Amino acid sequence: MSVKVLTIQESILGANEEKAASNRELLNKHGILAVNIMSSPGAGKTSLILQTTGHFQGKARLAVIEGDVASTVDADKVSERGIPVVQINTEGGCHLDANMTSRALDNLPLNEIDLLFIENVGNLICPAEFALGEHKKVMLLSAPEGDDKPYKYPPMFAGVDVVLVNKTDLLPYLEFDMTAFNKAVSGLNPNARIFPVSCKTGEGLEKWFSWLETEMKRGHQ
Amino acid sequence: MHEFSITQSILSIVLEKADEARASKISKINLVIGDLAGIVDDCVEFYFSFLSKDTAAAGAVLSFHRPQTQLSCRDCGAVFSPTNGNWSCPSCRGPSVDIISGRELYVESIEVE
Repeated sequence: MSVKVLTIQESILGANEEKAASNRELLNKHGILAVNIMSSPGAGKTSLILQTTGHFQGKARLAVIEGDVASTVDADKVSERGIPVVQINTEGGCHLDANMTSRALDNLPLNEIDLLFIENVGNLICPAEFALGEHKKVMLLSAPEGDDKPYKYPPMFAGVDVVLVNKTDLLPYLEFDMTAFNKAVSGLNPNARIFPVSCKTGEGLEKWFSWLETEMKRGHQ
Repeated sequence: MHEFSITQSILSIVLEKADEARASKISKINLVIGDLAGIVDDCVEFYFSFLSKDTAAAGAVLSFHRPQTQLSCRDCGAVFSPTNGNWSCPSCRGPSVDIISGRELYVESIEVE
């Protein structure tokens, strides 16, 4: 039996990336800005989404895809606001992928959406590797997690457009060095915008809202 | 942490290529997985052993090439690997770096019969 070597050099994530590209085409067709929101569990993704839906009420039509390992707790909170929401339960999976996103898009009224948030599974590792078809990647770090996270999770920090530092209302009680944090993030990702915010008090959120408004106006292809 | 879906993708890529080449058996799979990809070899081996059952890839040897994290300093151009979580440039102490290696995640080649 002869052994033959076949050169392949194919990305293991290639199929996901193809699906993500077709999701993005669908979103573009409907003029939707899609934002993938990633963070550790409990950093405040759902609170950020709720604050943001409140701000845009009457100004833009929002929708949400909620990714969780299990439960519909987050989707219920969003749905109470009258916002279209689809819950994806990954049944143990540590991230959303383009296929799951595609199925969720099938269940949203795409003609009635301007801005779509995709709340990823709480995890700073795996979501960084899986494109969903989003136009922008945003990560949320809560101040209690510490200012040393960029070098512990470099692919996440290196790949996002915006880093929100949440729970700034707790800063007086923490040893969080914002200058060191900003330096570490800019070191890995000079183009990342950094917005310190408190989803509890609302402090700092206006910069986030105005960034979203600018991105929506810009239009995406 | 996402070894299950990664292993499914690996299997689907190699089975397709083997089929195209009309090969009946895959004996070895050469993978390139960077240190920053967050993949544990043992986990991939574990999932592979049951996902590949009754396929042309059953029993294939998985070979892992693991490129180290390499950074390039945006200030002075020095290329280095981070040590103990220190990502500053050892030459000029600049904090601004590009990741030039460590995020690889692909199937390099397969050996088929």
